[in-house]
Formats: sequence, structure tokens, C-alpha cells
Amino acid sequence: MRLLFGSCFTLLIAAALGLGATWLTLTRGVAFGGLTIGAWKAWPKSGSADIDPYARAMVARTGELPTGMGDGVAFYARTDDGGNVFDGRCTFSISGMTPTARYWTVTLYTPEGRLVANTINRHGFTSEEIVRDNDGRFTITVAPLARPGNWLPTGGIEQFVLVWRLYDTAIGVATRTTKEGPMPAIERKGC
Amino acid sequence: MVRGLLWILAAVLLGGIVHLSTVLAMPQAAKQDAYSRLAPLTPVNTMVPLALTKAGAEIMPFMDPAFATAVCRYDLSGGPLKLIAPVSQAYTSVTFYTRRSVAFYAINDRAAGRRTIELDLMTAAQHAQVPEDEEITAADRLIIESPTTMGLIVLRALAPESGLMPMARQALATAKCQIQSQ
Repeated sequence: MRLLFGSCFTLLIAAALGLGATWLTLTRGVAFGGLTIGAWKAWPKSGSADIDPYARAMVARTGELPTGMGDGVAFYARTDDGGNVFDGRCTFSISGMTPTARYWTVTLYTPEGRLVANTINRHGFTSEEIVRDNDGRFTITVAPLARPGNWLPTGGIEQFVLVWRLYDTAIGVATRTTKEGPMPAIERKGC
Repeated sequence: MVRGLLWILAAVLLGGIVHLSTVLAMPQAAKQDAYSRLAPLTPVNTMVPLALTKAGAEIMPFMDPAFATAVCRYDLSGGPLKLIAPVSQAYTSVTFYTRRSVAFYAINDRAAGRRTIELDLMTAAQHAQVPEDEEITAADRLIIESPTTMGLIVLRALAPESGLMPMARQALATAKCQIQSQ
């Protein structure tokens, strides 16, 4: 009787622990070998045959196709530099410089990776579209309501994700320091 | 007391096994992976331009809306595949994915170094059958080995400004992928 109770208890706990850990890691996006620059995180290895099992499982679950290593690298940000989660009802400013790349794009998504509908059909900017100041720097204002300059509308959604993709770049697995890859700073300006 | 601890230890160990095996099984079990999403839209071994990435009509999550995309869903069981892709004015890349969405090879227009990207995709077994002298004479023939018989070739052309999207789509329209009968 004790044995039966014990093994049932063990199996239940094991199933709960195992499935819970899988669910947590796949929904929170745990992947190894990440490259962090400020609030930006990239997993260059996920775009190669060396992709780790967690990233493989995540990609299969979400249905996305990772950016290939010979193509470019994608940096994801879910918070500003101070750790404030991106809220579409607040205003954030992104400014500074980017690592060297032939082209880059920045895109705003829902946490599930969908685009946010808006009246001006603006989901992001490319390196060619962005308006820069005299010394080549730029500022993007991510806000629910129209702003002058580079305005990226949030549609007022509860939470959003920014993805910065560098195409044809030297940034990748071998990148270690922030000096090699100065990513733009993100700052919350108010809600 | 000791017995209770042993049960808990067994539970944790077993839980670890459950966790690892579910993570490893996920790619096989996933019903909504990229290949499954593209299968109804793309006939096999044909280059198909995808509709523009628009809010509410995304085929896959986290697609870059600045790009025009074309997909060739391949099956190499009938022989090696030839890919011919003209390069657009801005930036073009080709990424090869396995059936389970692993990006095993990617190349961009500059690395390809010509006005058209030309590649031969084959399995390791098919590569072994290519006569050696042929491979040498065709030095500029780029051969890619696919680890799986089925997979996806994704061709992406950048529209540096939204007004240039028709140009990017035009460049992809003439891209081809076809089985080469032996």
C-alpha cells in the first residue's frame, strides 16, 4: 500500500515537474549561447545547424524560421535599458548607433510575433528609411500616438517586442564585447 | 523520513527525464511549425512568392515586413535540386532549412558574388554520386548538402523603402527551383 502510494506520488510529481519545466523554458524563451548588448539579446547559433535543443523546440512550437547565420543576426528586446517591460501605452525612445551592417531593419511585434495594425502601415524602419541628424545618429519614438520624426506606432497594445535585424554583418558567434556592437539605447519617456 | 526523501529524489530525477524528452520530442510533435504552415501554400519543388507580410495575415511569426519572400518546399527523393535566383538591387539572401526548421545554410548576394545565385542542393548520398572530375570542372558550381530529404529554401529580397517593394517582388518572381533528372 505504501509502495503504491509512494510510486503514484512520485510519478505525479515527476510529470508535473517535467512538463512544467518544459512549458516554462519554451514560453519564456530559454536558449543558450546568447549575446546580450544592453537590452538587446541575440542567439546567432540559432541560425545554424548548431542550434541548441531548447531553441529548436521553441522554433518548432512557434512556427517561426530563425534568421540564418550567413544572412544576418536578429536582436530581440522586451524591456528598456532600465528593465521596464515594453508597454504599448507608454512612450519609449530608441537612439544612438548600430553595429556595422550592410542593411538593418527594426520591427515592432506583439509578444507572439504578429504585426500591429495601424493607420499609417508602419511596422518598423529600415536603415535607408530612417531620418538621421547631422552626425548620423537617429532617434525612434515608439509611442501610441503620432510623434514628429521617426514614429513607430504601438497601437496601444499591452506588451510589445522589438526586433533589430542586421543583414550582412560581422556581428555573430564570435562577438563578445559591447564595443564591437554598439546597439541603440532604449529609454522610457513616460506613460 | 529517509524513505520519503528517496521518493522525492526519484520524482525529481524522473521529472528531469520527462523534461528533457519532451523538449527533444517537440520538433517532431509540433503541428504548427513553419513547414506545416507553408505546406498548403506551396507545391513541392516549385518556387512560390509569398503574399506580403501584413498585420493580421502573417504566415509565420516574426517575419520581417521589409522583405519580399519566396519559398521552395523541396523533396530531394527524385534527385538533386537546382536553384536559380536573380539578385535584387538592394539585398537578397537564400536560407536553407530542414524539415524541422533548422537553418543549416545561408548565403547572401555579396557572398554569392554574381548577379544570380546558382546552387545545387542534394543529399549526402546524391553528392557522393557526383563524378569527381565533374565537380572540379564546375569549380564555380556551388553544391549544398541537405541533412534531410525534405525542407525549405527561403529566398528573401529587401525593399529598402516601402515604395521599392514591387522591385523586390519582381526580382523574386523569376527565381526557380527544379529537380534535375539524372
